[in-house]
Amino acid sequence: MIDEARIFRTLAGFGKGGLDMNIACQACKKQPATVHLTDITPQGEKRERHLCESCAAAEGIMPKPSGHVPVNELLAGLVVSKAGAQQLADLACPHCGMTFVEFRNNGLLGCPRDYDAFEKALVPLIERAHEGAGHHIGKVPSRLGAPRSTENDLVRLKRQLVKAVEEEQYEEAARIRDKIRIRESQ
Amino acid sequence: MIIDELAKTTGDWLSGAGPMGDIVISSRIRLARNVAGYPFLARATPAQREELVDLIRGHLDSKATRGRWTYVDVEEMDELDQRILVERHLISRQHAGGAGRRGVSIADNGNDSVMINEEDHLRLQVLRSGLRLEEIWEEINQLDDDLEEKISYAYHPRYGYLTACPTNVGTGIRVSVMLHLPGLKLAGEIEKVFQAAKDLHLAVRGLFGEGTEATGDFFQVSNQVTLGRTEDEIIDDFRQTVIPRIVEYERRARQALVQERPLALDDRVWRSYGALLHARTISSDETMLHLSHLRLGVNLGRIKEVDLATVNELFMMTQPAHLQKLCNARLNGEQRSAARADYIRRRLAASRGR
Repeated sequence: MIDEARIFRTLAGFGKGGLDMNIACQACKKQPATVHLTDITPQGEKRERHLCESCAAAEGIMPKPSGHVPVNELLAGLVVSKAGAQQLADLACPHCGMTFVEFRNNGLLGCPRDYDAFEKALVPLIERAHEGAGHHIGKVPSRLGAPRSTENDLVRLKRQLVKAVEEEQYEEAARIRDKIRIRESQ
Repeated sequence: MIIDELAKTTGDWLSGAGPMGDIVISSRIRLARNVAGYPFLARATPAQREELVDLIRGHLDSKATRGRWTYVDVEEMDELDQRILVERHLISRQHAGGAGRRGVSIADNGNDSVMINEEDHLRLQVLRSGLRLEEIWEEINQLDDDLEEKISYAYHPRYGYLTACPTNVGTGIRVSVMLHLPGLKLAGEIEKVFQAAKDLHLAVRGLFGEGTEATGDFFQVSNQVTLGRTEDEIIDDFRQTVIPRIVEYERRARQALVQERPLALDDRVWRSYGALLHARTISSDETMLHLSHLRLGVNLGRIKEVDLATVNELFMMTQPAHLQKLCNARLNGEQRSAARADYIRRRLAASRGR
């Protein structure tokens, strides 16, 4: 029985020659496997699977982009890559009046609510700036109390789980997985 | 005035004390925060800027936060004083050159500061000598907690602490470690540093951070990613991985110089010492280069008649603004070079006499 505790790695994450290029995808048995999964069972045993990108995508596993890009480049890339430039140009924050075009020109937002007003356009940019991350998992203002931090805890624990598996510390991984279960059942 | 007092001292963070102090000059953590209910500064009115200063300064001045803080108005300040604060790393160049109502509260240890109305409403900063990120995080986190009891920060359940630039969103944390790497530079292996940093998506910059080129023997390594990782994870990359690795490279490079090229090493450090001892006019850049070699010579025990404290003092005091403060006069470039050479000669002579 395979648990949800799982880690995937892509070839891009390794240096040249760091991985055998010749493994075939275990699902389609045709394409070379570039996505490598490690599942761990409730008993703490690991099982590895090797998939090609399309089979991995079919299972809903998507590798994250990597590589930091300065904000200007991010902004420039955004306009080129995303269709509907007119749609972006029309975006404006109802609260502070800042337009997306204005933000694009000087790189600074007008008010905290811009994050919601420009969300569609900002998310790809934020993810590219932060190695694919889209959720805060760090400090939470204490005035917000514990309830709101549960979601962050969960994301953090899942990351710890991935790290533990990467380091092949399976006992630790199993322990973290149990914690995640408890949180998720609450 | 506080700036005149500050300008007479070296600053603890430059003392060379602390873990790996022979190579790690200083560690710094900065947190970006904004006050909820106010626009970011690009959209703030002069009245709102004023309110923000009063609000933040008020809480720092009151007993709400640990320690004593002194507020200085950066907008009204004359340019020389602004430059003193930049040279001491208490404010950024951007803050000095900014516009509108803005200021900085400085802790009485002379090392911690809170910039008000820089790119974000608040930029908290704690700076210490050596590699002491854990201790720094504890302090700045406490300061952040203290302020947060009084000030409601702009915070988003998904994106965390909201910042004017989305590249800082989430934790708002910027960790920077300043390194002295003359060994790798002399050995022509500085590329290793860029590689080590790149592996963890960290940036390598010059002495004054953003917008300054990594030239000379001093390098600042800082994080780029602020979202999707915890503060501890970000700090651990520096503490456990990248800094120990770079320090190890530098130690090996220094060891190789001592064992394989002692004559070349001594020639370099003693020539630099000689230049500093005898120059009659010397630029900032040349001073940095020779002080860097002198520091290496002192750290490796090749030069014993100068102590590290004197070298550190010279690094701080020979910067353009500090030098002018010291001479109590506005000096042009040529006059500065002469005054700098004089000062260095005097300090080194005193150090030798001890």
